[in-house]
Amino acid sequence: MTEKEYRTITDVKGPLVFLNKTEPVSFGEIVSLRLSDGSTKNGQVLDTSDEMVVVQVFEGTAGVDLDTGIRFMGDVFKLPVSKDLVGRILTGAGKPRDGGPDIVAEHNADIIGAAINPYSRRSPEEFIQTGISAIDSCTSLVRGQKLPIFSASGLPHNDIALQIARQAKLKDSDEDFVVVFCAMGITAEEYNFFRYDLERTGALENAVLFVNLADDPAVERLITPRLALTAAEYLAFEHDYHVLVIYTDMTNYCESLRQIGAAREEVPGRRGYPGYMYTDLAMLYERAGIVKGKEGSITQFPILTMPGDDITHPIPDLSGYITEGQIVISRELHQKGIYPPINVLPSLSRLMNAGIGPGKTREDHKSVSDQLYAAYAQGRELRGLVAIVGEDALNERDLQMLKFADLFENKFLRQSRDEDRTIEGTLDLAWELLSSINTKYLVRLDQKWIDKYHPTEKK
Amino acid sequence: MSNKGQIYRISGPVVTAIGIKAAMFDVVRVGDEGLMGEVIELHGDKCVIQVYEETSGIRPGEPVINTGETLSVALGPGLLTQIYDGIQRPLEALEEKMGVFITRGVDADGIVMDKKWTFNPTVKVGDVVEPGSVIGIVQETETIEHKIMVPPNKEGTIREIKQGDFNVTETVCILDDGTELQMMQKWPVRTPRPFLQKYAPDTPLVTGQRILDFLFPLAKGGTAGIPGPFGSGKTVTQQQLAKWSDAQIVVYIGCGERGNEMTEVLSEFPHLIDPNTEKPLMNRTVMIANTSNMPVAAREASVYTGITIAEYFRDMGYDVALMADSTSRWAEAMREISSRLEEMPGEEGYPAYLSSRLAEFYERAGRVETMSGDDGSVTVIGAVSPPGGDISEPVSQGTLRIVKVFWGLDAGLARQRHFPSINWLNSYSLYPASLDQWYRDNVAQDFPDIRTEISSLLQVEAELQEIVQLVGSDALPVDQQLTLEVARMIREFFLQQNAFHDVDTFSALEQQYKMAVAILTFQSEAKKAIAAGAALEDVVNVESRTNLMRARFEQGYLEKIDNLVGEMKKEINSAVEAEN
Ligand SMILES: Nc1ncnc2c1ncn2[C@@H]1O[C@H](COP(=O)(O)OP(=O)(O)O)[C@@H](O)[C@H]1O
Ligand SMILES: [Mg+2]
Repeated sequence: MTEKEYRTITDVKGPLVFLNKTEPVSFGEIVSLRLSDGSTKNGQVLDTSDEMVVVQVFEGTAGVDLDTGIRFMGDVFKLPVSKDLVGRILTGAGKPRDGGPDIVAEHNADIIGAAINPYSRRSPEEFIQTGISAIDSCTSLVRGQKLPIFSASGLPHNDIALQIARQAKLKDSDEDFVVVFCAMGITAEEYNFFRYDLERTGALENAVLFVNLADDPAVERLITPRLALTAAEYLAFEHDYHVLVIYTDMTNYCESLRQIGAAREEVPGRRGYPGYMYTDLAMLYERAGIVKGKEGSITQFPILTMPGDDITHPIPDLSGYITEGQIVISRELHQKGIYPPINVLPSLSRLMNAGIGPGKTREDHKSVSDQLYAAYAQGRELRGLVAIVGEDALNERDLQMLKFADLFENKFLRQSRDEDRTIEGTLDLAWELLSSINTKYLVRLDQKWIDKYHPTEKK
Repeated sequence: MSNKGQIYRISGPVVTAIGIKAAMFDVVRVGDEGLMGEVIELHGDKCVIQVYEETSGIRPGEPVINTGETLSVALGPGLLTQIYDGIQRPLEALEEKMGVFITRGVDADGIVMDKKWTFNPTVKVGDVVEPGSVIGIVQETETIEHKIMVPPNKEGTIREIKQGDFNVTETVCILDDGTELQMMQKWPVRTPRPFLQKYAPDTPLVTGQRILDFLFPLAKGGTAGIPGPFGSGKTVTQQQLAKWSDAQIVVYIGCGERGNEMTEVLSEFPHLIDPNTEKPLMNRTVMIANTSNMPVAAREASVYTGITIAEYFRDMGYDVALMADSTSRWAEAMREISSRLEEMPGEEGYPAYLSSRLAEFYERAGRVETMSGDDGSVTVIGAVSPPGGDISEPVSQGTLRIVKVFWGLDAGLARQRHFPSINWLNSYSLYPASLDQWYRDNVAQDFPDIRTEISSLLQVEAELQEIVQLVGSDALPVDQQLTLEVARMIREFFLQQNAFHDVDTFSALEQQYKMAVAILTFQSEAKKAIAAGAALEDVVNVESRTNLMRARFEQGYLEKIDNLVGEMKKEINSAVEAEN
C-alpha cells in the first residue's frame, strides 16, 4: 500500500473517474477516494497506463470532484474469509451489516476467483430432492449444478427459492446445506422476506448473507456476487461444506454492468449490454461444481427477472447459455392460481440424466418424466386447437391428452408452500395421473415400467 | 529496440508494450510472472498484445519479452487422449502444477517430452523423402498408428534412420544435408498446413444418427453448422458425432462453453466403445477445453489449436472430424479483443473481419491429397449459439454462407422433447448428390429414392397440419389422415433418437434403411387395407406396429426388424378380413 495521495482527477463520468500522472498502478487494483467532506469511497482500476488510470467507483461518484484525493491500495479486491462468516449478514461490499464485529480473516481471498480446471472437476450426479414435484420429476437438480430461476416481476420466485432452500436435501439424508445468500438491488421488503424466513426456520445460523439493496450503490452490485462466491468457495473447498448459493436479482447485476459499459463508451452489444456480458456472467456461474479431492460442493440458484417476460432478452438468454438448465416460472400458471407456477416445458435440467435412475431416484424416473413432458406438451397445444374447433373435433387420443394437461397442472404441479414430497411420492402421483391416458398412447413409457408401476395395468 | 520492452497499458486481456521489437503474432512473455501473450497489432513504437492468462495485478513498467516464435502447437506422439486448454497446455499437467484452480504464469509442454515411444522406420538409408513423407510409425494408442512425417518445409535423402525407443525430441532420422528430424514438429496455428490438392467429397461421414445420415448427410471433408438457442441440443449433437461418427480421429473443441460438459466427455469416453474399432473411444480423441470462464484470448486461439491438430492427423491420411462448440463464443472472443483495440465495429459490434475469419476457418476443412500422396480429410462441424435463437445475426449468417450442411435446431421441438430437435423442414445438406452413389453401392440401390419418399411425406404433413389447425384432423379425408399417421411414425419412430438410451443412441445405416422401408411398408399395406374396407383406426392401432416401433430400444433390432414387419403386414391384412 502506498501513502501517496493523488489529486490528479481529470474527468468524472457516471461511475468512472479518470486520472493521470500516477505511479504505475496495477490492473484491478483497489482504490480509496477521499472526498472533500472527509468521507471515503472505494473503487477498482479498470484500465491503467503510464498516462491515464480509469477507476470504477463502487459507491457512485456523487460528491467526487477534481480535488478528491486518490490512494492506490497496492492489491486487488480480497475478502477476509473464515468460518466465522457463517451466521453473518454483510453488506454488498463485505462489511458487517448485522452490528457484529469485523470478520477476523483466516486468510484473504481474491474475489475474482480462478477458473476451475475442467480436468479437475467431478461430474455432478447426486440427486437433490427439493420436495417440489415439478422440479424433482422433470428438472431434477444435482449437487454442484447451477440452475437459475427465470422469473418475472410479480411472480413468486422468492417463495420457490426459499422452499428449495428449506427442503433441499440429498435423498435419504438429513445433511443440511449452508446457504450463501446474495442480494443485488432487491427491495428492503423482499430482503426482509428472505431474512425472516431464514430466521424463522433457523437457517440463518447456517447462512451467510451479502446484501446490496435497491438504494445501495449500483456499482457495488458488481462485486457482491463475487464476494458471495468467494465465501462459498472457501466454505466448500476449504471446509467441506455443501453450499447452496442463492443470488437475486441477476437482472440488477446486469443493469450495473451495462451502466459501466456505457460510461466507458464501449461499443454495446445487444440491447445496450456489453459484448463481454456472456464472459462476465460465466465467471460467476461457472463457480459452481464439485472438484477432485474436495468433499464440499457449490450449487447455485441464481434468480433473474426477465424484462417484459421475454426469455430471449439478453439476460436470460446469456444465462441460459451458461447455466445447466433453467426453471421457468409462468405468469399464465400463476394467474390460474397454481403454486408453484413452474412451466416444465421450457424448463430444463441438463444434469438430470446423471442424477436419476436406479440407485439414485427410481428406475422408471426417466421414462415417466419423458412421458409427462410429452403428454403435457400435447395437451397444452391442443388447448389452442380446441379454442377454435371445439372438443368435438378431437379424437380419443387428443381428448385424453387435453384432460391430462389439466390434471397435471392441478394435481401434480400444484402443492403448498410447505409440502415436501418425496421423489417416490412424486413418481407415484405421476403414474396415477398418466393412467388416465390409454396405455397405447403412452409411447414414452417402457413396457417393463408399465408392467411394474402402472396403477391398473401392472402385473 | 530490443526483444525486451515494458508494459505501457493494461486493459483486461489486452496489454500494450513499448520499447520492444516484435512482429505480428510473435509470442511474448508479459510482466514479472511471464504471462503468455501474442502480438496482435503494431502501432509505431507500441505493440498490442493479447494475453492468454488473467491480467489483474500486473502494472505498467513490468517487463515484456519477445520469444521470437509465433503461436505454435507441438505435434507428435502423445496428442491423443489429451485434454488441452486453448493454447495447448495439457490440463492434467496444469492440475499437477497448480491444483484444481487454474492460476497463472505456468508453462506446460503440449506433448510429454520425456516419454519413450517405439519408432519403427518405414524408409531406409538412401531413400529420397519429400515434405510430408512418412519416415516411420509409432503405435500411439491401441487403435491409432501415429505416422512420423517429414515436416512440410524439409526434404532430402536419408543418411541415417533409427529404430527403437525414443522421446519426441531425440533425433530419429538424419538427411544428407545434415538436417536432423525428430518425432515432434511444431506448426504455427494460424497457418493452414499444406497439401497437394483438394478433392470433392464422395463418402459420407456416417454418424449413426438417423436424421443426419438419412436426411441431411455430411460428407467426410465437409462442413456443417448447427445453430440453435440454448437447450436445443447443440452440445448433445456434437457429442453424439464425437462418439459415433466413423472418423478415425476426433478433435473436440469446447470453446467458451461449460466446464461440466468437458468433464462429462472426459469421464464418459474412456468407457465408451467405438463401434468401428471395438476399442475405447478415447483412443482416437483429442480435446481442447477453454471454458467460458477461462481467458478469452486463449478462447480465440483454441479453434486454431484444434484445427491445426486436425490437419496434422489428416496429413497422415486419416479421416478427422472436428467439432467446435461453440463458434459463437469464438466470435465473441474476437469481438471482445477487437473492442479493446478500439477497432471500428461492424454489425452488432463484431469486427468487420468476422466473416472472413469464419470462412478461413471452415476452408481448412476438406478432403485432400496429402503431401505424401495419401487421402485424408478434415470434417468441420461448428455449433452456433445465436442470441435469442434468431439466426439473422452475424455469426449464424457468416457460417451459413460457407457451410454445406445446415442442421437447424428448433426450440419448439426441444420443448416437446423431440430429440434431436433438428427441424426437418428448414435444414438442408448440399451433399446428397455427391454421396448417392456411395449409398447405392454400400447400403441399398434404392436408398436415395427411399430418402426422397420420406422427406416428401414430411413436407406433405406440414401442409396438412396447416389445415388441421383450422378444422381438426377428423375433417380430413381418410387417405390424408393416413398420411398424417405415417408422418407421425416418421417423426416418432425414425427422426426421434434418444442420445441417452444405450441402444437407440446409435443406429447403423443398414438399420436406418430398414426402418425407413418399414414405415413405407406400413403406408402401402394400410392403403391397401383401407381400400379393401378396413377402418383407419383399426389399421393404425394394430399392436404389431407398436411392437415394431418399441423394439428399436432392444438389442439386436436389425435382426428382428424383418420379422416384425412381417407380423405387422399380417395383422393389417387380418384387419381387412375382420371387416369383410
Ligand atoms: N438427442 C438427444 N436425445 C435426448 N436428449 C437430448 C438430445 N439432444 C438434446 N437433448 C436434451 O436437451 C438438453 C440440452 O441439450 P444441449 O445439447 O446441451 O443443448 P445446447 O448445447 O443447444 O444448449 C440435454 O441436456 C438433453 O436433456
Ligand atoms: Mg451447448
